[in-house]
Amino acid sequence: MARYFENTTVFNYSWDQVALGYWRRYPNPQSTHVLSEDTWTRYVKDGCLYTKRLLTKTNRVPKWGERFFNAKSVKIIEESFVDPEKKVLITYTRNLGYTKVMSVVERVEYRPSGASQTVALRSAWVDSQVFGFSRAIRAFGVDRFRKNASQMVNGFNYVLSNMFPRQVPQHTVTHTLKEMREAAAAATDRAKANVLSSVNRT
Amino acid sequence: MNSIGEECTELKKKYDDCFNSWFSERFLKGDHDDSVCAGIFKIYQECVKKAMKQQNIDFKDIDKDVLGTENEFKVPPTEGSS
Repeated sequence: MARYFENTTVFNYSWDQVALGYWRRYPNPQSTHVLSEDTWTRYVKDGCLYTKRLLTKTNRVPKWGERFFNAKSVKIIEESFVDPEKKVLITYTRNLGYTKVMSVVERVEYRPSGASQTVALRSAWVDSQVFGFSRAIRAFGVDRFRKNASQMVNGFNYVLSNMFPRQVPQHTVTHTLKEMREAAAAATDRAKANVLSSVNRT
Repeated sequence: MNSIGEECTELKKKYDDCFNSWFSERFLKGDHDDSVCAGIFKIYQECVKKAMKQQNIDFKDIDKDVLGTENEFKVPPTEGSS
């Protein structure tokens, strides 16, 4: 039974911008593990764009996993579908080869959220059929997937901010909170200085 | 970004440039005619296929479609719903 995992990401860019940026995601500072990217097939049918791309990525496995999975790189097939009228972009990726050892399938659906935001719903299935190790491999796969997914979002945001620089840069909640705290601390310091200077003047 | 075949990277860049401008200037604006990049795509494709043959990559698995077919994985029902 495959382990299932999902999450949602909000991009502070319009759906059109995200769709444009999608094809230019690589390279970015977070994508050093992506070695190559090629378009395999592409066609328009009933107003929708269908694309299949082949990616190769470095294979990062822990020491214990090398006996199952010693390839230096893995090949990934990415199928995608763009409906420009309904504003839907769906991507579906799977690894090619080694699927008995570990199969990772990821489906991401990008839809507009208002005029200036895009929501990405990511679903992932991680499976392994290695006798006696499947549970450990699945757990490793889910963990690696989570880490890669957040890197993917950071990398994508980096590309989008370069493509659409007039956009207000994306701030995560933690950043905003930190800035608010710093601003509050600075205001307190200024207030203290004002009080001190007024005290000193009298 | 590099192509899987080093010798195809230049062609890939040319094709990607063509595609990206077609996608933004035409496709997203409702023009579905994709013939503008067909020529460069064909040359680029031939290069990639040759490179993949040299690397013994099996085309069969790549050609298999999953998205939009019954083989596509389905999101499991959320807990609590029947």
